[in-house]
Amino acid sequence: MSPAREDLQQQLARALTARIPGVRDVSKPRRLSGGASQETWSFDVETPHGLLPLILRRSPPGKQTTQLLGTSIALETEARLIELAGEAKLPVPRVRHVLVPEDELGEGFVMERLEGETLARRILRDAEFDAVRPKLARQCGRILAGIHAIPQERLPELPVQDARAQLDQYRGIYDYFDDPRPVFELAFRFVEDHLPGDGALTLVHGDFRNGNLMIDPAGVQGVLDWELAHRGDPMEDLGWICVNSWRFGEIDHPVGGFGSREELAAGYEAAGGAPVDLERVRFWEVVGTLKWGVICTMMLSAFRHGGDRSVERAAIGRRASETEIDLLELIAKEG
Amino acid sequence: MYDPPDLGELVTAVREFLEEQAMPQLEGRTAFHARVAANALAIVERQLSLGPAAEAAEQERLASLLGAEGSLEELTRELCRRIRSGELGRDDDELLAHLRRTTLDKLAVDQPRYSAYRRATLRED
Repeated sequence: MSPAREDLQQQLARALTARIPGVRDVSKPRRLSGGASQETWSFDVETPHGLLPLILRRSPPGKQTTQLLGTSIALETEARLIELAGEAKLPVPRVRHVLVPEDELGEGFVMERLEGETLARRILRDAEFDAVRPKLARQCGRILAGIHAIPQERLPELPVQDARAQLDQYRGIYDYFDDPRPVFELAFRFVEDHLPGDGALTLVHGDFRNGNLMIDPAGVQGVLDWELAHRGDPMEDLGWICVNSWRFGEIDHPVGGFGSREELAAGYEAAGGAPVDLERVRFWEVVGTLKWGVICTMMLSAFRHGGDRSVERAAIGRRASETEIDLLELIAKEG
Repeated sequence: MYDPPDLGELVTAVREFLEEQAMPQLEGRTAFHARVAANALAIVERQLSLGPAAEAAEQERLASLLGAEGSLEELTRELCRRIRSGELGRDDDELLAHLRRTTLDKLAVDQPRYSAYRRATLRED
């Protein structure tokens, strides 16, 4: 075991013994993912009630969070939102501990580790998900209605990002990289010409899609990755999960490759969500597709100018053309 | 004049080595990255064979659409400028046809298995 990992194990044991009654032993943590500034670790603690599977999400001490989009919220805020969602009976992991300076673990939090599948290809193709698949779009609608209903006055401080703010932000990123793309230009024009009128601002998850949904044969067990949460137009979340990039080939099932927009809207409205304007959802699908396209070109720059020299980072620039065909399909015909 | 093998043949040889010999011996993250690497080489192979004709046709379409001469990059920048200023927009059929053709030509190289590409080319047949 590397010294760093041994330290982490001991630090976790020290921090959690004080927080979780009866903690006897902490297993060695296993690194799951994350970049240089943000890490996700999986580990177990032994308690009198049995093994408790946990996840640590943190920015290690001394590492500044590098904000990919300049909009990621602090991990502490993310933990608070997960707690609020839990109180609203939404499927989220239980937060067990928000790190404090004495823990010497950096910033972040420890939450329970859920069982299930996040890989879209399995969820969309494996037989064990056959029965639940037709129910997922409605479930997603219900969950989103619950997220959007969390009372404003209980929310921690969050950035406000309506359509105008996102248009300006992503046009800024696109201009900064100076990689001329006529289809993106046309899409920026479309977004600018179709900006929706003012509506109620709510909590928006910001990255509600395949990959961030923990799903098992009984349904959605957890909504993960709240780091892009903000206050904004609730229809943004409904549009984002319809972006073709998250359908993984199942092009005729616009919601995550498993369901229809109508089912999503029905689930949303049945759970008390405001009436869904599908035009507005489609507008946000255009915005989402364009954002993903810009992000692909931005990640290429992490290869060119940043520290990430992986083939994956280099090749992702070649995925922006996927969003271009999607954008043309979305905006070529519409009024 | 460079001697054979040509670039396409060299890249094909490396991709086949990765797929048939290296990848079966790898696992985890390294296996995943080897798969990504083989896919990247497949992009190179496709662009070597399809790219020159596609770019020549793109430049010709741009010159006609814009009524201007220039390199592919210059013409692309000019097109971007005109779209941004509103001189050209979604009501222009020649613009839409050009963007569609250009995008499909890119996907034929980048990701010919992409769902929307397959759908669009199916419609063209």
